[in-house]
Parts: sequence; structure tokens; C-alpha cells
Amino acid sequence: MSDWIEIGHIDDIPRLGSRVVKSKAGDIAIFRTAQDKIHALLDKCPHKGGPLSQGIVHGDQVTCPLHDWKIQLASGEAVAPDEGCARTYRVRVKAGTIFLML
Amino acid sequence: MKEKLVLIGNGMAGIRTLEELLKLAPDLYDITVFGDEPHGNYNRILLSPVLAAEKTIDDIILNDRQWYADNNIMLHTGMRITKINRGQRTITAEDGTETTYDRLIISTGSSPFIIPVPGSELEGVIGFRDIQDVDEMLDAASKYKKAVVIGGGLLGLEAADGLVKQGMDVTVVHLENTLMERQLDSAAGALLKSSLEERGLKFLMEHQTEALLGDKRVEQICFSNGLQIPADLVVMAVGIRPNIELAQSAGIHSERGIVVNDTLQTYDPRIYAVGECAQHRNITYGLVAPLFEQAKVAANQLAQLGISYYKGSITSTKLKVSGIDLFSAGDFQQSDDTEELLYQDPGRGVYKKVVIRNNRIIGSVLYGDTLDGPWYFQLMRDGIDITEMREKLLFGQVSIGDSGHSATDHISAMPDDAEVCGCNGVCKGDIVNAIIDKGLFTLDEVKLHTKAAASCGSCAGVVEQILASTVGSDFTISPAKKPICGCTEYTHDEVRATLVKYELKEIRAVMDFMEWKTPDGCSKCRPALNYYLLCAWPGEYVDDARSRFINERVHANIQKDGTYSVIPQMKGGMTNAAELRAIADIADKYAVPEMKVTGGQRIDLFGLKKEQLPAIWADLNAAGMISGHAYGKSLRTVKSCIGSRWCRFGTQDSVTMAVKLEEMSWGSWTPHKFKMAVSGCPRNCAEATIKDLGVVGIDSGWELHIGGNGGIKVRATDLLCKVQTEAEVLEYAAAFMQLYREEAHYLDRTAPWIERVGLTYIKQCLIEDGDGRKRLAERFLLSQKYAQIDPWRARAEGKEAHEFAPMIEVVD
Ligand code: SRM
Ligand SMILES: Cc1cc2nc3c(=O)[nH]c(=O)nc-3n(C[C@H](O)[C@H](O)[C@H](O)COP(=O)(O)OP(=O)(O)OC[C@H]3O[C@@H](n4cnc5c(N)ncnc54)[C@H](O)[C@@H]3O)c2cc1C
Ligand code: SF4
Ligand code: FES
Repeated sequence: MSDWIEIGHIDDIPRLGSRVVKSKAGDIAIFRTAQDKIHALLDKCPHKGGPLSQGIVHGDQVTCPLHDWKIQLASGEAVAPDEGCARTYRVRVKAGTIFLML
Repeated sequence: MKEKLVLIGNGMAGIRTLEELLKLAPDLYDITVFGDEPHGNYNRILLSPVLAAEKTIDDIILNDRQWYADNNIMLHTGMRITKINRGQRTITAEDGTETTYDRLIISTGSSPFIIPVPGSELEGVIGFRDIQDVDEMLDAASKYKKAVVIGGGLLGLEAADGLVKQGMDVTVVHLENTLMERQLDSAAGALLKSSLEERGLKFLMEHQTEALLGDKRVEQICFSNGLQIPADLVVMAVGIRPNIELAQSAGIHSERGIVVNDTLQTYDPRIYAVGECAQHRNITYGLVAPLFEQAKVAANQLAQLGISYYKGSITSTKLKVSGIDLFSAGDFQQSDDTEELLYQDPGRGVYKKVVIRNNRIIGSVLYGDTLDGPWYFQLMRDGIDITEMREKLLFGQVSIGDSGHSATDHISAMPDDAEVCGCNGVCKGDIVNAIIDKGLFTLDEVKLHTKAAASCGSCAGVVEQILASTVGSDFTISPAKKPICGCTEYTHDEVRATLVKYELKEIRAVMDFMEWKTPDGCSKCRPALNYYLLCAWPGEYVDDARSRFINERVHANIQKDGTYSVIPQMKGGMTNAAELRAIADIADKYAVPEMKVTGGQRIDLFGLKKEQLPAIWADLNAAGMISGHAYGKSLRTVKSCIGSRWCRFGTQDSVTMAVKLEEMSWGSWTPHKFKMAVSGCPRNCAEATIKDLGVVGIDSGWELHIGGNGGIKVRATDLLCKVQTEAEVLEYAAAFMQLYREEAHYLDRTAPWIERVGLTYIKQCLIEDGDGRKRLAERFLLSQKYAQIDPWRARAEGKEAHEFAPMIEVVD
């Protein structure tokens, strides 16, 4: 039963920042890039589960706060040579409102 | 219309300049290149291995014709330029064609010096400079037997070694009694000579050539002492002469080389000169490393950035004769004010000499074991004070504990399963495999692929040595300036100077002005920029939370499970029942999973959820406690012993002093964390001598110690000075912190910073220059006005609430 869920407004997240959506599936990190692109990843680094939402966002990547892996926001893939992938979620923005598909 | 850029000289320095320029400004110019050799651009320094049949010409091509085409560069090979007309801004080629320029780069290199003795024009008498010379040598080797190389320098020996490998009977003639006397002292020169003799080279030392005899081709060589020997090939390798005739004929001021300033411009500002033909601050260079540095600066200027300046280079040398390990850098001749450290083991054929002036390395010569060459070179280039490591210096980097917990004697003797990086559990074998499989060449690549040296970095030296012993190196490119990170070309110092000079006050402004290569930097450069701006513009700069590491952004330490720890300030380690009770109540109220007394003399509450933080802080604030900044690149703690208040040995009230220091300096942001301690007497129970600033009470007042570190690599402090009053302690402390804040690179603790700049420098700034010290202290106190705002209170009152609350909880 997947549905678009309204989770808030784009301005709830600072540029180059991130907020967490709590869900049964676990925390989901919602990122906003400098270009106002919104991405959603499971808030668990593929390395040792670090909370990606707490990392520094740059370009279209986030650097994990625990051991500095870089994760692509769009695909969840770790930047080579690290290997691993964080689960991605679909997001959609309509007139500033963000919807998330669980 | 694009401006026209013309390059004369299709060699190593000129093309490197274009490569650097294309990286910075790919579309700025219409570029035309003239070269009088018939080839594309090739790696001249590898001509020696080509001659020795270890490489082919194809191996050494750097840029083939396709590269020029791909970059829209018009290339004219086999075309010599004979005239520059500065009035019309044109150049003329030997076939008469003219080309106009807006800017011109001259990089005509140099030519071998041919000794003007009778017979020097005979066939079979050549220099060693280009592909044509190598072709002639190979041709001679296939037809003739006897070769003579005149000149026992780097180039001559490489030529001789190559010719021996081609089967010729080679005699090296040298004027001096030491080979490579410009790079080697006589002891190392003698070692070199005997190992070359073992390989079949013959030497005539202290022989001066008087004439070459022959009909059409050279047949005999005569010396001033009357000796005469047969020679079918004579290679002259006695020196080079910068090619300046073209520039001179156009009236461009030249001496030994074409004179250029720090932006590599000649006296005609439209005309640049780089490479061996250029003379900068009275020096002409004959090695690639400095020329590449020049190329970088010239490109920066041509790209109209105007940020880089060339200040000259220090060079090092390696002989490219396989099987012979030789390294030399800097000055090695003794004089009145130098000292020599010498290590000799003739049995193993090892010789090491390090020359020191004012406790700094100014030169080194290594033979047989050159592993530490790059390290000595680095110490020399950075002007590092070696007093502390002096007794172990000759035993190499591994002996001084730079290799952290994994000290091993010798890289090659190290077993594959020896752990190199203790942080990431990487063994030597892993590193070697990655280097070979992935074709890695630099420390950064190894870090990226193996994680070795990617954490605390203490094993970086060992990793570099493994790299060197695995891939070997044809020549040592001096580890030129180090950019902050991959987002920029510029160093920490350049960025700092630029943002002050041009009054840049936002991260965006710095990135735009300095042409960052990435859209918004990375997790390395953004925190550095944020700090530099904060330090440069106190009260004015608006801190960028998004450029702070999570700990500093939320003012607590992130833990491995994503929870946070909270450490309230406890000045000088002093506490009381009320505070402890309040902490205990808070621990109960929020069900704090674990508590601990830290190594910094205060109490840590572990395992808190981010959402809980503002409420806990509010409660701590209510009990009179504020943030301890245990998470920041900032002042951490001022530890203290109990001192004269209770201790039977105490000479001073260390607790009061510690509290005063902490009150003055809490909240200040620093390049890395900054720790202090105050002990009441030299028994030093507060361990003040491994702190960034340690204060030790003595009968007559206080000793001030600086630059200690108790972390990965323990470093005891240096004594700065003794003072008498509390006011002096505070002033020196403030001044020292400010000097560190203004001059250290981001993420340098005081210990490596002081090792880099030297204690003498710090003393100059803080002791000899009394007014300077007062001004530093004033600047520190000024910036503290804006820094001493308890971040916990602000957040407990609602600042940045979005940080601490989830966006939404989805329940279904
Ligand atoms: C809590 C504490 C350990 C304890 O339980 O006692 C601690 C905990 C950490 N230390 Fe430490 N250090 C603590 C005292 C020390 C000391 C002792 C001291 O200060 O007297 C040292 C050696 C002294 C020194 O710094 O010179 C110390 C040397 C380090 C280092 C190595 C620094 C270096 O320059 O080599 C690191 C790594 C780093 O900073 O990059 C580090 C890093 C860390 C970090 C922040 C690791 C991290 O990046 O996450 C740890 C955070 C744990 C946490 O969850 O809060 N900690 N750490 C101590 C907090 C003191 C305080 O009250 O603020
Ligand atoms: C055999 C050998 C081994 C070496 N080994 C090392 C080493 O191990 N390490 C090291 O650091 N350095 C080494 N060097 C030195 C290094 O190669 C030079 O320092 C470097 O090539 C100089 O670069 P450049 O651009 O100034 O000159 P070049 O590379 O010589 O380029 C100048 C070019 O300009 C051309 N030219 C000159 N006048 C004109 C004109 N009027 N019109 C058109 N074209 C013109 C020349 O033909 C040449 O192609 C070695 C050199 C040689 C020859
Ligand atoms: S607290 Fe310090 S010593 Fe202990 S594990 Fe963490 S970083 Fe290492
Ligand atoms: S958990 Fe993210 S890098 Fe280790």
C-alpha cells in the first residue's frame, strides 16, 4: 500500500541541510541541495549505519559524519572506491510541498 | 574575439603551462604553439631510460597530436621562431611566416654547452638533449665501439650508463676529482664512482679536454696532460645554456636567462617566460619540479586570476641509473655556521649526510639507502625545527615514532601482514596489492582506495615509503604546494591571505573569487573556509552551520550509534555538591544510559537522543552550567591540579589560574582543539607539559609551556618563557591562542604547527615583539566578545529548532 505522503514544506529544510522523517521503516533522511533538489535516503550509512542526515551536504552528495564515506544523494550509492548503497525513497515536490513514497 | 596566446617552445615547461591554463580557463585564448623539434611534446627526462633501452620513444610521449587537436591548439612542429617584433606584437618563423599575439610565452629551454675546443664540430660530437641526440647515440652504438662522455654530472653519467648498456666501451672524463660535485660530497661521489666502475664504466678524473681529432668523424680525444685516447663518439654533458638569443634580439632584458618577476612576466608584461630559459630571482633551474611550479603560476596569471606567485624552488636530485640509489637536495658543503650529521656503513654501501643550520635542514646527501630522502626534503622545504628529533634523524622517519604504533625497521623487510594503519586495520600487503592492481601513484590515491592513512594520518610516512618501494620513481617531483582539497588548487595559506586581502566575507564569495572547482565545496574545505572567515571577521561573519561538522553544528558529540554525549563545562575541574546533584537529577530525569568522568576532568552523559538535547541543556543552564565545548575545534578544557590550596608542595594556586584561563578563553574557535592545564608545581599533576598551553607554578611565578600533545603522537611542550604575574599569564595565553588562530592551518594542532614554524618564530612574535603580543591579545579578547555566547542556552531557547526535531513522524 504505497501512497504519496505529505511530509512538509521545502523551507522546513535548510539549503545544504537535511531533516529526518520518523517512520516504521526507520528514520528517513530528507536532503535539500543548493539547487533545491530534494532527495530521500534511509538514514543509515551503508558502512556502519551512521546517520547520514547528520552529515555535510555538498554538490549532490552527503559525507557521513562517522567515517567520512561519501554517498550519492540520488542513487544512495557510496562514492568509489567505497562500496555500498543506502536505500533510496521516492520524493516529489509540488508547489513547495514535499511528498514521500514509503 | 578571443585573445591570441602564442607559445614558443614545445617543451616540458611550455606545454605544462598550457595544461594548467586549460584547467583554469579552457576558452580564454586562441592558442598557437611553435616548436623546432619535429615531435609532439615528450618527457625529456626519460630520454636516459630510452637510451638505456628501458623505455621506448612511444612510452615517453606526453601529448600526442590528438591532444593539441582536442584542445583546439594550433601546433607547428619543426618550425623555429627567429624574431619577435614587440611593436607589432608579431613573431616570425624561419620560413618567414608571421603570427600575431596578444600574449606570448617563451619557453625555449636550453642547449647543451659544447666546449669550444678544436674539433668540436666533427661528426660524432654531440650533446645529450633531445630525441635526435638519442638517435645519434643509438646509431653510433650499432656501428662503433669507443665512446667518451665529457662531464661526470647527472646527465653525463646517465648518458654513459645508457651507452654501456648499448654495448659500448665508455670512458667518462671529468674535470673535478668528485663525480656530480654539485650534488654530492666527495665521500658519496667515491661510492658512486666505485659502483659505476663495477658496471663497466671507466673514469678519467681531473682531465681537461684539449682537442678532438679526426678526419670527418671524431677519432681521438686529447687531454691537456698529453694523454690521448680513441673515441668514435663524444658526448658533451658539461652544462646547459639557457636559450635566450631570441628574447635578447627582441630587446627583452636577459642575463644568464630571460629575467622574469614573481608572475613569470618578462620586462615586457605581455611576454612571459617559463622553464630553463627563465631567470627568476637570479636563479635558472635545470630540473622539472621548479619548472612545473612556474608553469602553474604562469597559468594562473594568464587565466587572469592573479592569485599565485612564484617564490622560487628548492630542488632535489635523484640519479636515474637503475640499481643505484642516490638522493641529494640543497646545500651540503660545510661552512662556519653549518653542522653535519653523518652516518656511514661502507660494508652495506650506505652513506647519509644531513647538513643543518640553525636547527633546520639545509641539505642532504644519501647514498645506498634513499628511503628518507623525501622526508628530509620535506623537513627542509618546510623549514622545520629538528631539535627534538636530532638524535634520531639519521635513522630515518620510522625511528622517530612518526609511524605511530606500527614502527617497523625497513619497508622492504616488512612482512605483508604487518599492520600499517592501526585505525583502519590495513596491512602492508593490502597496500602493495592496491598499488599494483589499481595503478596508484600518490598518497591520496592510496588513502582513497585502502583507507590507510585516511584517519589519524600518523602512518602516512610509512605508506609513502611503501608507495616508493613498490612503484619506484623515475624522478622526484618535489611535493609541491598542497591544496586544501580537491575542490581547489590553492593552499590554506593562499586562501587565508586572499580572503583577508580582498575582504571576502562569505564562503560563496571565496569560492567564486578563487574559482572553486565544485559547486559547493566538500566536507573538507567548507569547514576550513568557515573557520578562516570566522577568524578573519569576528563579529561580522555569519557562521554557516551547514559548513560545520555535526558535533559543532549541534554542540554535542555524535556517538557510534547516532546518539549524542553531553559534557557541561566544569572550569579547572572544580565542582560542588549542588552541581553534582543537578547533574544526577538530570541523569535520572532523562534516563541517561551511562556517565563517565572524562580525561578532561569533567562529567560526560552518554547515549542521549538528539531531540532530548535542548531540554537537557535548559535544565543544565538552570543549574548554572553551560556548554563545555567538548565537541569543538575550540578551547576544550583547562585541567588543573589542586595546587597550593591544599597540596603540601604547591607553590601557586593552580585552580584559580585554571578557572581564570577558562573564563577568558572558553567558546573561542581554533584551527583544531585547544587544551590547557595548570599545575601548582613542577611535579605537574595536571600533565601541563602535554597540552597546547601548559602553565606550571614555580616559586617565582609561572612557567609557560606550549605545543604539547598527548594524542596520536605524544609531544612534550617547549618552554616559552617564565612570567611572574597572573596578568602576564593571561596576556601570553591570549596572544598565543590568537597567533595560533590566525596562522595555523585548519586541523593543525599546535604541536605540528610549532614544528612547522619553529619555536624561534613563536618566541619572536610573543616575547621579542612585546607590542605585537599585546595586539594579538587584544584581537583575541575582541573576538571573544562575539564568541562567548553559550550555544546551549541559545538552542534551549529555540535557536535552530529544526536541527533537533524530526520533520514529521509518519504513523500508519
Ligand atoms: C570523552 C573523552 C574520553 C574520556 O572518556 O575521557 C574523549 C573522547 C573523544 N576523543 Fe579524545 N577524549 C577525551 C580526552 C582526550 C585527551 C585527554 C586530555 O584532554 O587531557 C586526549 C589526549 C590529549 C590531547 O588531545 O593532546 C584526547 C585525544 C584525542 C584525539 C587525538 C588528538 C591528537 O591531536 O592526536 C582525538 C582525535 C582527533 O581529535 O582527531 C580525540 C577524539 C575524541 C573523540 C571526539 C572522537 C570523535 O571524533 O568522535 C571522542 C568523542 C567521544 C564521545 O563520544 O564524546 N581525542 N582526548 C575525553 C573528553 C575530555 C573532555 O572532557 O573534553
Ligand atoms: C637526458 C636528460 C635527462 C634529464 N633528467 C632529468 C631528471 O631526472 N629530473 C629532472 O627534473 N630534470 C631532468 N632533465 C631536465 C629537464 O628535462 C628539463 O629541465 C626540462 O625539459 C626543461 O623544460 P623546458 O620546457 O624549459 O625546455 P625543453 O623541454 O627543452 O623545451 C624547450 C623546447 O623549445 C624548443 N625551442 C627552443 N628554441 C626555439 C625556437 N626559437 N623556436 C621554436 N622552438 C624552440 C626546443 O627545441 C625544445 O623543444 C633531464 C634532461 C635531459 C636532457
Ligand atoms: S574515546 Fe578517544 S581513545 Fe577512546 S576510543 Fe574514542 S577516540 Fe579512541
Ligand atoms: S558509518 Fe558512515 S562512514 Fe562509517
